[in-house]
Amino acid sequence: MKFLFALFSGLLISTTVLAQEVAPDVLVKTVTDEVLEIVRKDKDIQSGNTKKAIDLVEGKVLPNFNFTRMTQLAMARDWRKATPAQQKILTDEFHTLLVRTYAKALTEYKNQTVHYKPFTLKAGETDVRVRTEIRQAGAGKDIELDYWLEKSATGWKVYDIEVGGISIVTNYRETFASEVRNNGIDGVIKLLQTKNKSGETASVKK
Amino acid sequence: MKTMLPPRIKSLALAVAAAGLLAGCATSGNPKDPIEGFNRAMFAFNEGLDSAIVRPVAVGYEAVLPSPVRTGVTNFFGNIADLLIGVNNLLQGKAPEALSDLGRVVINSTIGILGTFDVASDMGLEKHNEDFGQTFGRWGVGSGAFVVIPVFGPSTARDTVGLVLDIAADPLTQVRASDGRDVLRVLRAVNARANLLPADKVVEEAALDKYSYVRDAFLQRRRNLVHDGNPPREPEADAEQVERPARAEAGAAEPRADGVAPDSPVLVARTETAEAK
Repeated sequence: MKFLFALFSGLLISTTVLAQEVAPDVLVKTVTDEVLEIVRKDKDIQSGNTKKAIDLVEGKVLPNFNFTRMTQLAMARDWRKATPAQQKILTDEFHTLLVRTYAKALTEYKNQTVHYKPFTLKAGETDVRVRTEIRQAGAGKDIELDYWLEKSATGWKVYDIEVGGISIVTNYRETFASEVRNNGIDGVIKLLQTKNKSGETASVKK
Repeated sequence: MKTMLPPRIKSLALAVAAAGLLAGCATSGNPKDPIEGFNRAMFAFNEGLDSAIVRPVAVGYEAVLPSPVRTGVTNFFGNIADLLIGVNNLLQGKAPEALSDLGRVVINSTIGILGTFDVASDMGLEKHNEDFGQTFGRWGVGSGAFVVIPVFGPSTARDTVGLVLDIAADPLTQVRASDGRDVLRVLRAVNARANLLPADKVVEEAALDKYSYVRDAFLQRRRNLVHDGNPPREPEADAEQVERPARAEAGAAEPRADGVAPDSPVLVARTETAEAK
């Protein structure tokens, strides 16, 4: 069952992206530059239009992410306790949450510049970290922003992002684990759904 | 005079950390957070304090002062902090970094006009992030139990001891009260809070349970800082070793083989030991 599910999600991704061989650091740089270029010109996003930012993230960023893998990492050992149907819902809801967060961060963008640290891809490597640094004029120290990517049949996919050493994926582990302990897998699903619904009403108010 | 301190402090920190780990054995919840009930109460108190006073002041501060002025304030206090950062780098045996920190202070205090301009960074002397808590971590002291300190916020047993030293050794502590010490302290705190304002909304958006989100982010961040940005992969990552072979190979697969439950205090103690190196 799990193989079928993995295959199925793999197919979904492959239909949306061309299977071209772009190096991971080039991929990160291209997508980042492209997204920031749009944000810089878009006054709506800058003034907090989350809906527009979400559309941008969905269109440009998401095809390069592996959400099944992200959800799996966040659920850790509890992932196996979930049925394929539950895994699907978990992935969808976690996807929504991460997209909202990413979009929210974009609306906070103010002239920061991104610097890409030197990166070399060793032969045969399939799991890499691309390091970048966000420099903000005046806010003191730079913020490290690292992307973890793994090679798939459809090119390199981001499966984790670390902000100043904090993984935005594994940071949910304890929350999920304790929810599973108390209310099972469905508890986590409900938690995510409630959060995502409250997010929707909040952005409508804006 | 401070040279006498480290060994004694190390054993003190070890004792506190050990106590934290023992407490972890006694409860059934999250072993990293044995006093969660107390912590949640303190967290709520701090959140209340923040939304009632600290945040509004920081918002006003940000609105009133133009960005270049706030940058100057950040740099000014950053320059003072570089002194202790240098001391901690020295205590951690990182002489080149310590020397660089000293160079930063000399350059920024003079050419940088009392530290208000970070000329040293432009010259390639990178700013570091160190404190006594990180030094203990480098020496091999585990972080111990998570604790939320009233007003100060998230910490751990180890970092609380570190914080006491940070405050004792803080150059501002040497300033006389009549010379405006408290004004400087408040300015530093407000400025630091203002720098964090953009993160507020993102955290609200991301967190399912703000307390545990902030706690786990704090613990990840500290672990990262102790290792200067290159922490070893977390042993819990082996939970899905079948699905992620590449990263699990890096020593992470080992703890699982002996059948220790991933969140047992034993494994956490081991995580702490691993963190030390």
